[in-house]
Order: sequence, then structure tokens, then C-alpha cells
Amino acid sequence: MKKVKYLLLRRVTQIGLLVLYFGANAYGWQILKGTFGSSLLFGTIPLADPYTTLQVLATGFVLGADVLLGAAIITLFYFVVGGRAFCSWVCPINMVTDLANWLRRVLKLDREEVNYRFLKRSARYWIMVLGLIVSAVVGVAAFEVLSPITIMQRGIIFGFGAGISVIIAIFLFDLFGVKNGWCGHLCPLGAAYSLIGSKSLIRVKHDHEACTNCMECKVVCPENQVLWMVNKESVSVTDGECTNCGRCIDVCGDNALGFSIRTMAKKQKEAAA
Amino acid sequence: MANGSDSNRRKFMATTLQSIGLTALGGFLWSGYSDEAKASPLVLRPPGALPEEDFLKACIKCGLCSEACVNRESNIDKETGKQRPGTLKMAKGGDHKLIGTPFFTPRDVPCYMCDDIPCVPVCPSGALNEASVTNDKGELDINKAQMGLAVVHKESCIAYWGLQCDACYRACPLLDEAISLEYMKNERTGKHAFLLPVVHSDVCTGCGLCEKACVTEKAAIFVLPREHATGRAGDHYVKGWDKQDQLRAGERKLDEIETKTKRSEKAPVDYLNREIEY
Repeated sequence: MKKVKYLLLRRVTQIGLLVLYFGANAYGWQILKGTFGSSLLFGTIPLADPYTTLQVLATGFVLGADVLLGAAIITLFYFVVGGRAFCSWVCPINMVTDLANWLRRVLKLDREEVNYRFLKRSARYWIMVLGLIVSAVVGVAAFEVLSPITIMQRGIIFGFGAGISVIIAIFLFDLFGVKNGWCGHLCPLGAAYSLIGSKSLIRVKHDHEACTNCMECKVVCPENQVLWMVNKESVSVTDGECTNCGRCIDVCGDNALGFSIRTMAKKQKEAAA
Repeated sequence: MANGSDSNRRKFMATTLQSIGLTALGGFLWSGYSDEAKASPLVLRPPGALPEEDFLKACIKCGLCSEACVNRESNIDKETGKQRPGTLKMAKGGDHKLIGTPFFTPRDVPCYMCDDIPCVPVCPSGALNEASVTNDKGELDINKAQMGLAVVHKESCIAYWGLQCDACYRACPLLDEAISLEYMKNERTGKHAFLLPVVHSDVCTGCGLCEKACVTEKAAIFVLPREHATGRAGDHYVKGWDKQDQLRAGERKLDEIETKTKRSEKAPVDYLNREIEY
């Protein structure tokens, strides 16, 4: 059971949220309605995606207070809770790319000779900035025109139409193109959450003493550059690109990884030193 | 060592240049695609929507308007007790409208012009402007909506053939105001009357109930976005008998108005003596 604890929790969260959103349209539920762009929680609390909000502002449109407040709430939430928790605990595309990633391992596509690496992981930050520039130039929230995240979410709520092809494209790209291609290299939304969460409190902590260097964690990690400390140092994963998915904790057979609070982890380190 | 830092610098310059170049490439492709994707002129937006250009900037694609529309109480079919499809749809891939933006297709489901306009106040971004559908008393007033304008195609409208049909006239929520019937003698038979539907653009909200009600195979009365269904006389033409219309031209005196076109470069007499292409 331990091997899939966080994986299951994440799937329950992801699917649960989608069910709430779906019900809001199909049955008029008031718990959580709208889409990730902008939502309404319990019919009163506005929520909005910070990057989407920035794109709209970049077009020169002065947004309503609801969206600005919503974006502030979401930014604060992920600032505290842990950066890209959105990516691994909320975003529906995560299920698509996780499936592609799992298939990669099963089909042995991770091997060097069939693993293309023509993209840098830093590309997403360029794309994030570019998205704002294009929004300003064209006068439309540019990433939202092709965002597979909201296309998939709206697809589930309102019906897919030809939008399904975007989801399939992401799946194929991650499976046969670049490993972790979309979430780990291209997605500007993930890049924005990386920045927001780079100082967040909830972090994965590594225990060097317990580690047996099996490298299971690095195999499953979608951003395995953040696990540089494995079997080297007992420190927290502080990189904002960590999605807090907890998959490394699931697969670790030595209890060498676990969630912790950043400041506590820091103090422990100081105490040890 | 000096060599090493030199080649490092060269490598740094090259990768920086590459990053900038690829970003520019992406930017051009992305801009081109986005610009094409938003070019869908013949789309009808919810009531209170900002002018299309601003609407496309403002809409955050949350779908709250569409959800409010389909889940409104008045959308329950009184006979079956079941919910009917909503008016507002969210554009999907393949709809050839900017993806994720709300629109409606009157021939499928028109706007029923709810008194409480559930779709507008829920808009969080301001893409649907509540003030534009609020009257002087501060109440929501759907009659102020300007979603589009109904247009009659005379050749396919059977009322213009001389048959008696007033389906659109009766379907109109602003009966006798947005569509009126104009009587005219049918010269063909000599003893019958035409009852011709005429749309009044100052009243029509573009709800599309007429388009839905139209009995012809393809609707002979249909709603177009106002921008596409209206003309503009411009400042050169002013109704001299209408004080209100004279205000439109402002203080400008006749001798201050000079029309310059390609034609006016040449003397009028040339037009008579030689053929002028224009």
C-alpha cells in the first residue's frame, strides 16, 4: 500500500476536483464551479489562475476585482503549500503525462538511443515570458488559446469536440518525443507555479543516512534534477520545479524521503551542524 | 586556461543566441496562430458582452456564464420536468471560434432573455459588462442587451412571397417593437395583403427567438453580430429635419467638410470627357 499512497491520494484529488467542476455545470452544484482560469468556491470565494490572470492583464484589459482577488488567493495558497502542487495534485494533464511516462518505462523508451533530448528544461520559462508578450501583441490571452490544461478540463465539463486531439498530441509527445516533455520542459503554467512555490513550506526531505542508493526515486521523478541530493546530503528538496507529487516517497523502500516543513528542516540541519 | 574561458564564452554566446532565436521563432508561430484563432467574426456573444476585440482580451474562459445559463430555474421544461440544453456554449476545438469562449447559436438554442440575466453578474473578469444591461433605475434590464441584430432575407421569407406567416413576429419577446408587420398590397393577386416582418435595429436585442421560430428550411430571418449587420452613414450625411441627428455632426460647418477621395483629385469635367477608373 505504501508504494502508491501519494499516487492514490493525488488521483483522488485530481478526479474529485474534476467531478465537482463537472457537477457544477451538469447538476448546478455550488461547491466549485468555473474552470481553472477562474472559479468560484462555495459560491462566494473567487479563485483564479495567476498565469492566466497575467496574460489577460498583458492584453491591456483591466480585469474585474473578482479575478484579481482569486489570483491572489491561489498565489498565496501555492506560495505556502508547495509550488507545483497544482501540477501533480490538481492539473488533469498530469494524468495524461504520467500515463505516457509510465508507458515509456514499460516500453523501455527511456533508453538513451530512443530518448530524444532536443529540449531544455529551461524552455518553459522562456515560453512563460513569451506567452505574456504574445498576449500583449495579439490582444488575447495567448496560452489559453492552446492550453491543453483548460482544453482538457473544459472538455470534461462541457464536451471535448476536436479538442481531444490536443490531449492526444501531448500524450504522444511525452511518450515518443521528449521524456516529461510537456510538464517538465514546455508548460508555462508549471513554470509560473515553479516560481510561485520556490519558497514554499511543504517540501520533500531526504535522509542521507537511510538511503541505500537504489535510485528508484530518480526513475519515477518527473523532475529528477531536483533530487540531486539523493545519497549525498540530508537536505530538503528546495527547487521550485519539484511538483510535490510524493512519488519518490512512495517508491522509496528505505524511508529516506518524506514530506516536511521547510523551516523545520532548516532548523534540524542547523542543529545537526 | 585563457583558451578555456574563451571557448566557454563563445559557447555561452552561441547558446544565448540560440535561445533568443528559438524564442523569436516560437513567438512568431504563436502570434500567428493566436491571431488566426481569434478571427471568428460571425459569432454571437452573451448579453452585455464587450465589443468583440475587448471581449477576446477580457474573457478568462471560466464558463461561469454558460453554467449559470443552463442551470437557471427557468430552464426546466414545464412538461417533462427535465432540464433543457442551455443557450450559451463554450467554444470547443472544431467550433472555429476562439476556444473556451461562450457563444450561442440561435437556430439551436436562442437566448430566452431572462429578466434576472443569470449569465452576466457571474462574470468575474468584466468581459460581460453588467452596466450595459442595467437601466436608469439600476435594475438589470435584458431589453438593453445588444447581442446581435436580426436580418430578413426577403427572397426566402415566405411572407414576402405573399403567404401568411408571422412566426417571427409572434416569437419576438419585444412584440411589435423589435419586429413589426408592414402591410402592403399584393399586386400579383390583386386582393391579398403582404404582412412583411421588418426589424427595428434600435430595439432588437439579437436574442434569436425569431430565427428559432422561422418556418423555412434554413431560417430566412437570422441574427448577425451588430457590427456585421449595421452600416454607418458617417458625418457627411445628416438629417436636416432631425435636431437629434444634427447633434451627431456637432459644430462642424458645411464649408469645413471636405471630402477627399481618389476621384476628387481630378476635375469633374474629366469624368465627362474621359473615362476615369475608380
